[in-house]
Amino acid sequence: MTDLTFLSAPSSGFWRRFQRHKGAVIGGSLLVLVLLAVLIGPFLWPHAAGQINLTARNLGPSLSHPIGTDHLGRDLFAAILQGGRVTLLVGVVAMALSVLIGAAVGILAGMVRWLDAPLMRLTDLFLALPVLPLLLVTIMLWRDSLRALFGAEAGIFLLIVAMIGLTSWMQTARILRAEVLALKKREFVIAATALGLRPWGLIRRHILPNVMGVIIVSATLGLANAIITESALSFLGLGFPPDHPTWGRLLFDGTEYLTLTPARAIWPGLMITLTVLCANYLGDGLRDALDPRSFNGRK
Amino acid sequence: MPSVFKHINLTTLSFVALATAAHAERGSQGDLNLFYWQAPTLLNPYLASGPKDSEPASLVLEPLARHDETGKMVPWLAQAIPTLDNGGISPDLQSITWTLKSGIKWSDGTDFTANDVVFTANYCMDADSGCQMTAKFTDVEQVVALDAQTVKISFSKPKPYPYAPFVGLEVPVLQAAQFADCMGANALNCSAQNLAPIGTGPYQITDFKPGDVVTYDINPFYRDADKPGFAKVTVKGGGDASGAARAVLETGEFDYAWNLQLDPQVLAQMKSAGKGQVVSSFGTAVERLQVNLTNSAADLGDARSTRDGGAHPFLADPRVTEALSLAIDRSTLIDIAYGDAGHPTCDVLAAPAIYASGANDACLTQDLDAARALLDEAGWTDSDGNGIRDKDGVSMTLLYQTSVNPVRQTTQDLLKAWWAEIGVATELRAIAPSVFFGGDQSSPDTYQKFYADLEMFTNFFPGNDPEPYLNNWACAAIPTPENGWSGMNVPRYCDPDYDALLAKLGNTVEIDERIAISKQLNDMLMQAGALIPLVHRGEVSAHANSLEGVRMNVWDSELWNIADWTRAK
Repeated sequence: MTDLTFLSAPSSGFWRRFQRHKGAVIGGSLLVLVLLAVLIGPFLWPHAAGQINLTARNLGPSLSHPIGTDHLGRDLFAAILQGGRVTLLVGVVAMALSVLIGAAVGILAGMVRWLDAPLMRLTDLFLALPVLPLLLVTIMLWRDSLRALFGAEAGIFLLIVAMIGLTSWMQTARILRAEVLALKKREFVIAATALGLRPWGLIRRHILPNVMGVIIVSATLGLANAIITESALSFLGLGFPPDHPTWGRLLFDGTEYLTLTPARAIWPGLMITLTVLCANYLGDGLRDALDPRSFNGRK
Repeated sequence: MPSVFKHINLTTLSFVALATAAHAERGSQGDLNLFYWQAPTLLNPYLASGPKDSEPASLVLEPLARHDETGKMVPWLAQAIPTLDNGGISPDLQSITWTLKSGIKWSDGTDFTANDVVFTANYCMDADSGCQMTAKFTDVEQVVALDAQTVKISFSKPKPYPYAPFVGLEVPVLQAAQFADCMGANALNCSAQNLAPIGTGPYQITDFKPGDVVTYDINPFYRDADKPGFAKVTVKGGGDASGAARAVLETGEFDYAWNLQLDPQVLAQMKSAGKGQVVSSFGTAVERLQVNLTNSAADLGDARSTRDGGAHPFLADPRVTEALSLAIDRSTLIDIAYGDAGHPTCDVLAAPAIYASGANDACLTQDLDAARALLDEAGWTDSDGNGIRDKDGVSMTLLYQTSVNPVRQTTQDLLKAWWAEIGVATELRAIAPSVFFGGDQSSPDTYQKFYADLEMFTNFFPGNDPEPYLNNWACAAIPTPENGWSGMNVPRYCDPDYDALLAKLGNTVEIDERIAISKQLNDMLMQAGALIPLVHRGEVSAHANSLEGVRMNVWDSELWNIADWTRAK
């Protein structure tokens, strides 16, 4: 089973290579830290996000409000934690959807000859779609029906996640198709086919494990992309309701107060940048670690 | 007989007294830089989309009469304000005759005559011209020049308030010679004329880059030999309100900035730099909640938010809207979001002061217990213990929408918190202003379609006669799918008694009686719970400390007296 060597047997080799990429290690750890903070933070933090306190308006950093309060006395740290949940959840779910579609389309196009051309033209079509205008139109068209079905927040969440997922799978699909086409010519795949392995078995046992690296890299980049798109939507004043903070929304609200309480814009902006940067470094490191060709090149 | 006309006549005299104040030499004050952050794109107010265009145009184009900063009419290109007493208005109220000042010249040196006034009226009343100000010429039958200095405007029915045509910044006089080829469908094609109209005002346009900058120098034929004080004026556009405020208050790059609705603390911080001051002036603008009296449920399809779709499950009960109103602490809201630019109000007709009813002032003081009691009385209790009142399976959850604007989002957050205390849940929605106010038929998010329970925006009326404003809540003004969602009766309020009283107002001339009826109409709207007024809003501008003579005016152009502005030495 030569094809599975670098995934199963010498996984220590993968770790060793991954650890050599300092940026990836730092990025990965920070990302885990951010994830843990937004998951557990809101339960531990004494202030609730969105709790108005008119006696504590526009405060600077202090022990009880480490990054201050906004113009209605709401604790900014609580808002960042709460907003991070939504932003990261949107990022993760949209990324999962995008990778799923991208992998399916890419592998199908690579494996099934007569599906190749139509699927690739579909990919081109989606690549040509301008994402933000499309998002604006769909939000306008389907917001009300989804709101009636799932409620205001869940409805808009599904809509945003679905739209980001549906409009960002194309890179993954293209790269995967190329990888699959190359793999199909390799001896071990030809041998497996000659031995009578059915196409599905071929995909599961030989193709998928070999393209896993590409998929993981796409996923980390997709996460960064989804967070940016959601922030852009919120920054445009669309997306989630105004009292439902996400990092993009907090940044948008904060720009008006840049001179009065700069922390309101700096911290959400910093969190977006940090998370996206971490995800990118992590993807970078994973690619190097998973790519057998870089195995000898790196010291 | 205390009549509206006599009232105006007195103020005419007081203006003349003010205008004779001593003044420096023409053009001795240097350059003046104004910041209009919504950049002008067209300088013909008849085709313009709003004050961003008509205000910069007001340096050049002038009407027959203006409103001063107290809202009173002052003659501008006319010798006096026509009244019943001076014979300017015919006894049957069907015509008004204006006598023009003599010796006025256009900036190209030709004479200003009654023919220019007649031409302008015909220009706007032409059905193909795309004129935005046709409402100002409602019921005008014809405009004729009796001689070179006299214009007679005839109406098709008696007009108790005939001062719509040629009064105010939106309806100035255009030069007939310049616009002769721009009648009807050609109006929009005349870009040279629309971008640089010739006027009678203190300045003439030297250069205009639409959406960017307008530069002016002195009109050499201006009627007052000592004015204007500033030799050159630049109106710069672009950016946003906070950038404009900063340019005047903090960096001092500009002398004047317009339309600065900003967080009061942000503005106060900029002001502390000591370079300029903030001026505000209160017109008729009231920030209000529009209450949807009809059902906005999405499953009603085309009948959604129309009277055909039935009454709202709970907002149609005036006790509920009264409770919502009582739960609001208007003073705190203003402290946080408006500062000096707002006063609390419980009347949708809050100004001019003589028209303010004051009969609904109970809502000025927040009273959460009274609000809760009202909801209990109306049968809305929290029967399932989830903190939200309900009745017959309907939960008291409001969808509350408005435009994207930091002040409005602050208001939304505060109101949501107060309503939560009386057991009413609120879902907020903020819509991009270009969509919310855009009137696009295909968008579900326009304020006219009102697919929500409550929505918030400001409305006002120009001039000082509230009749057209009160007409907004007639049954016929309800936006419906049939009329293409036009009309300002956003709450879908319809009461035959209100309509009857409106008709009576249209036929009443006596000023005291007009005031009494207007107050009564305001009270009817308030008691029916069609609107929840929040804040009587002022317009906010800023000017440099060195700029003198600014008389901030919400009733007309803010630049109405720019000829009198000077630089402090």
